Amino acid sequence: MSFQIKETPDSYDVIIVGSGAGGGMASKILSEAGLSVAVVEAGGDFDPAKDEDRTQLRPPWESPRRGAGTRIRPFGDFDQAIGGWDIDGEPYTRKDGTQFDWFRSRMVGGRTNHWGRISLRFGPNDFKRASIDGMGHDWPIGYDDLKPYYDKVDKLIGVFGSKEGIFNEPDGFFLPPPKPRLHELIIKKGADKANIPMIPGRLSMLTRPINNERGVCFFCAQCNRACQAYADFSAGTCLVHPAMKKGKVDLYTYSMVRKVTTDETGKATGVSFVSKVDMKEYKLKSRVVVLGASACESSRILMNSRSKVYPNGIGADSGVLGRYLHDSTGADRMGIMPELIDRDRYNEDGVGGMHMYTPWWLDNKKLDFARGYHIEYWGGMGQPAYGTGGSMDSMRKYLKDEFGNPSPNGGYGEGLKKDIRRIYGSTLGMSGRGESIPQYTNYCEIDPNVVDKYGIPVLRFHYKWTDQEIKQAKHMQDTFEEILTNAGATLLGTKPGADTMYGLAAPGRIIHEVGTTRMGNDPKASVVNSNCQVHDCKNVFVVDAGPFVSQADKNPTWTILALSWRTSDYIVDQLKQKNI
Amino acid sequence: MNRRENLKLLFTGSVGAGLLLTGCEPEQVAVQGQVITGGTPGGRTEEEKARDAKLLSENFFTDEEKKKLSTLVDIIMPADSESPSATELKVPDFIEFMMKDQPNMQTPMRGGLMWLDFEADELFGKKFIDLSKEEVIQIVDLVAWPDKATEAYSGGVRWFNMLRNLTCSGYFSTEAGWKYMGYMGNQANVWDGVPQKVLDKHGVSNPEKYAAIYLKPEERGKVAEWDEQGNLIG
Repeated sequence: MSFQIKETPDSYDVIIVGSGAGGGMASKILSEAGLSVAVVEAGGDFDPAKDEDRTQLRPPWESPRRGAGTRIRPFGDFDQAIGGWDIDGEPYTRKDGTQFDWFRSRMVGGRTNHWGRISLRFGPNDFKRASIDGMGHDWPIGYDDLKPYYDKVDKLIGVFGSKEGIFNEPDGFFLPPPKPRLHELIIKKGADKANIPMIPGRLSMLTRPINNERGVCFFCAQCNRACQAYADFSAGTCLVHPAMKKGKVDLYTYSMVRKVTTDETGKATGVSFVSKVDMKEYKLKSRVVVLGASACESSRILMNSRSKVYPNGIGADSGVLGRYLHDSTGADRMGIMPELIDRDRYNEDGVGGMHMYTPWWLDNKKLDFARGYHIEYWGGMGQPAYGTGGSMDSMRKYLKDEFGNPSPNGGYGEGLKKDIRRIYGSTLGMSGRGESIPQYTNYCEIDPNVVDKYGIPVLRFHYKWTDQEIKQAKHMQDTFEEILTNAGATLLGTKPGADTMYGLAAPGRIIHEVGTTRMGNDPKASVVNSNCQVHDCKNVFVVDAGPFVSQADKNPTWTILALSWRTSDYIVDQLKQKNI
Repeated sequence: MNRRENLKLLFTGSVGAGLLLTGCEPEQVAVQGQVITGGTPGGRTEEEKARDAKLLSENFFTDEEKKKLSTLVDIIMPADSESPSATELKVPDFIEFMMKDQPNMQTPMRGGLMWLDFEADELFGKKFIDLSKEEVIQIVDLVAWPDKATEAYSGGVRWFNMLRNLTCSGYFSTEAGWKYMGYMGNQANVWDGVPQKVLDKHGVSNPEKYAAIYLKPEERGKVAEWDEQGNLIG
């Protein structure tokens, strides 16, 4: 991690807060248009191609904790994402006994360093849900508005997949998908019996090169560690660093933005930030401010941007700043496949994610809940590391000797060692990731009593699932059991019931939170317009997932990228026309 | 990374696959010194470096506790004709580190190790480290079998489960552990699907529908081009 602190230059055309999917894309498009750009990032910079920053291909014995997670790397010691659910000195709070867990990554590329790289376009229905089921609200734009940008994102960044012709799962410009893994083929037998489709995954890894700057995937399954060949998408390697090489882009690292500064007319003049290196306050000036700090962090910055003109913060007069916060639903189930015990060995790492998945396949008119979910599958002969050989106190009984007698749970010795080898690669499972209904009553706001270590007021969350999401989770559990049982798997654990909301993950846990600066045509019901421009402060834009009116049963990243590109084009146009 | 460097990686992939075939010969016993000399490398923050260094400089276990631990981990993962013992793979050092890295494990671990002396005194009137191998096994058997253990030993069972889990983590996360497990990944390679004989054995096949579009390894170097409909043409 390198430090980079600069003396404040005169002024930039654009300041971008955050360097993840939204901010990264904006830095590329705006700098390519010839604009001078400052990217202000709360964490450090890194380059996975440099050995000092590389975690890819490091075996677990290079880690004294053998790859176990830590507070700032909860997904493992070699995970590239630095931050986590609980960042020292950067608290958040919750209200009325409700739960919301907030995952943040403090580094160039933001949470694109963490994500599963599942790259799904929203479909035509996903922009018009209220018209279909009467719940929530429609987006002011539709699929046709974003399609050209999805096309460009596919070609710029790269995604593998298969053309399927499914109406609400639009096809794109796909690279060749990898062949399935064994557990995926076995699960597919179960899915086929239940008439549930399984198609090749759509992930942003380069199975073939798309240009001469980035390499191709060499199948180590470690995209979450950042690729030294740049063969997967993260905003640092694919957007921010290329933009810095080509254009007028300055990167400010370890810089925590406090607020957007404004003049007496209400026009934004730049940002004020705290340097984490010297703990001093700095001001940067610009003609345009672009917020891409993540849905909640961007709304926090807007709320904290108080002044005479904006006594409650920028965008607050809409009455919906911070409101309609919503995350994807999530539930999982696991099984053990008897036919995979004692399986043959080969290198099954593959790409860093599933080779096959299930897009939403049912008609909600025939169901007791409103929105759909997709299914992600997992299993296989993954890298042995921290956790391997665990749970034999309850799992060993699934191993049978040549006479069909089950091994006793627990134990020790050569027999235990052999049983761990036999069971390796035989567990598998699936996760549902679904669409929730955005609620006015689910929100983040400024906690009046708590500040972070930079003296910046922090967010307080209030979030409750509704019957819609709970019923959807119940449907997921029924589906998971059907697929696993059909495939011949033995179910593990007990089926989550009503007492646990059918295993529905706590809000925030799927890390798809969106909606806090939602877009719309009515300035009294939306924070930004259909070009992601703040209604009451025309030279401030939001390019993360805050403007999402509804989060489809897709991962949000591809839509963040497409929207950010579209917003960036609009900014260039508006600057040319001298409207901002 | 430029194209030439990436080609090097591709090349490494094929070389790696070649090595992989010879790497399976049984006479290659991969017992490497698993000595922890420093914290985790690669993109660490200053706070992480400082924390790892601090944890590595501290001692949690007493010498006597370490002796007990060494006895137990070698009962859980002993040497056999194919693989070394847990102490040969420095599993106690790993557990020592984890006690400091995840301090919530300290009390149950220390409590379990102390209980050994209590039980040894009850049964044999000796300290645990003075017991014979058979006597040690008698005590371990009280807590090593969750479905058979009596209710009076439920706390001991929970402790031994934790110890078993930690021992296995420390064992299989080593080069020798990988070799025993038969793990072949963590290297550059080209995925071209499940080997045919494995597909046949399990009675499954790659979906015919996608045969034409699956990645062809020989086209992996070609820059992708599409027609306007999104069909891959180059």
